[in-house]
Amino acid sequence: MRRINFVIGLMVAAAGLIANPAFAETPVEVLATIKAEASGTPGFMGFSADRGEKFFKTKQKHNLSCSSCHTDNPTAQGKHSETDKIIKPLAPAANEERFTDLKKVAKWFKRNCNDVLDRECTPQEKGDVLSYLLTVKK
Amino acid sequence: MFKIKNTTLRFVVVMLAMCATMSAVTVSDAWADGDHEGQKRTVSNAKWKDECGACHFAFPPRFLPAESWRAIMSGLDKHFGSNATMDEATAKEITGFLEKNASTKKQEVQAKPLLRITETRWFKSEHRKVAERDWKNPKVKSPANCGACHTQADSGDFDEDNVKIPK
Ligand code: HEC
Ligand code: HEC
Ligand code: HEC
Repeated sequence: MRRINFVIGLMVAAAGLIANPAFAETPVEVLATIKAEASGTPGFMGFSADRGEKFFKTKQKHNLSCSSCHTDNPTAQGKHSETDKIIKPLAPAANEERFTDLKKVAKWFKRNCNDVLDRECTPQEKGDVLSYLLTVKK
Repeated sequence: MFKIKNTTLRFVVVMLAMCATMSAVTVSDAWADGDHEGQKRTVSNAKWKDECGACHFAFPPRFLPAESWRAIMSGLDKHFGSNATMDEATAKEITGFLEKNASTKKQEVQAKPLLRITETRWFKSEHRKVAERDWKNPKVKSPANCGACHTQADSGDFDEDNVKIPK
């Protein structure tokens, strides 16, 4: 009997693994989460891919922009400005792993915005950037 | 090829194979603090590789003593000018992995633990023959860019036979 229980347990576990999607979220779901956050701020008028592109490419503090590491072309491979480490493309069109894990997205927005702006990005800025990244095609 | 039909025999063969793998691991561990610093060694941990390999090559734990790793892990908010903080559970797991596989070589007496591999006496001595202009080569950029010269660094292999200084 114990043996059977064990086998059933294994089968349930295996089924759970199969049922689990490869990615926790889709980029569109991530954008919706950021939007829900932004909607709470006064005067919110939606996101703009154009504004996002400008933000992405403009040098701010420490002579850094997002493109310093991710390049001006988010479908291309980037390179860490200090260590030269290769960074995979940031645009979902070129890298299907991007913006599929809310925790990872939040962690890197926090780190990178602090590097570039000396502060965290606002929900508006994050939504603009992601809207831009979703428009770039391979 | 012949097939092993007998289950007992198969069991014995599997056990033997396991013993062989385990002793292979022990042998490579024995090199850790000998003269074979460059010898390929592959200790790994998924979270370490992911977190500590995002901005730079994931520096193998054997190149710094445990107190250095502890100091690095408790100062991730100001990590060489970057913010490298992570959730507590992940940081704890990585700290454990680094401590467990850290260098056990006798350290020079130090008021504060060194945070850079590239500032240890060991590193300077291994690299004393590297010319100033090679360190300054834009293709190298920083002494911490191990992979610029150690072509197999990603697999944990720093053997001098696999070194190629970019020109
Ligand atoms: C100093 C280099 C550097 C700069 C500057 C930088 N990034 Fe990054 N970024 C990285 C690295 C390294 C990663 C993580 C490596 C990886 O996932 O391939 C990353 C990952 C990300 C991610 C994670 C996406 C995902 O789902 O995987 C986002 C979002 C991001 N960056 C946004 C930005 C934005 C917005 C800016 C400008 C404010 C910026 N980055 C500036 C280095 C940088
Ligand atoms: C957000 C980016 C980022 C992350 C994440 C990160 N580092 Fe670093 N780290 C850096 C930068 C930038 C340097 C300085 C590189 C240089 O001087 O060439 C550095 C340098 C180092 C050095 C010194 C190298 C030397 O000998 O000169 C060590 C050791 C180190 N990091 C360990 C770690 C560990 C362990 C982790 C994971 C817990 C980690 N790093 C995660 C950005 C990062
Ligand atoms: C500019 C090129 C360069 C960089 C960058 C570099 N090394 Fe080396 N390294 C060498 C050379 C050349 C040798 C071999 C010296 C010799 O033949 O005596 C060496 C030797 C070594 C050895 C000894 C190998 C052996 O078989 O005894 C180790 C271990 C090592 N390096 C680790 C590192 C680590 C870790 C880093 C990054 C933190 C690094 N190196 C960065 C060029 C470099």
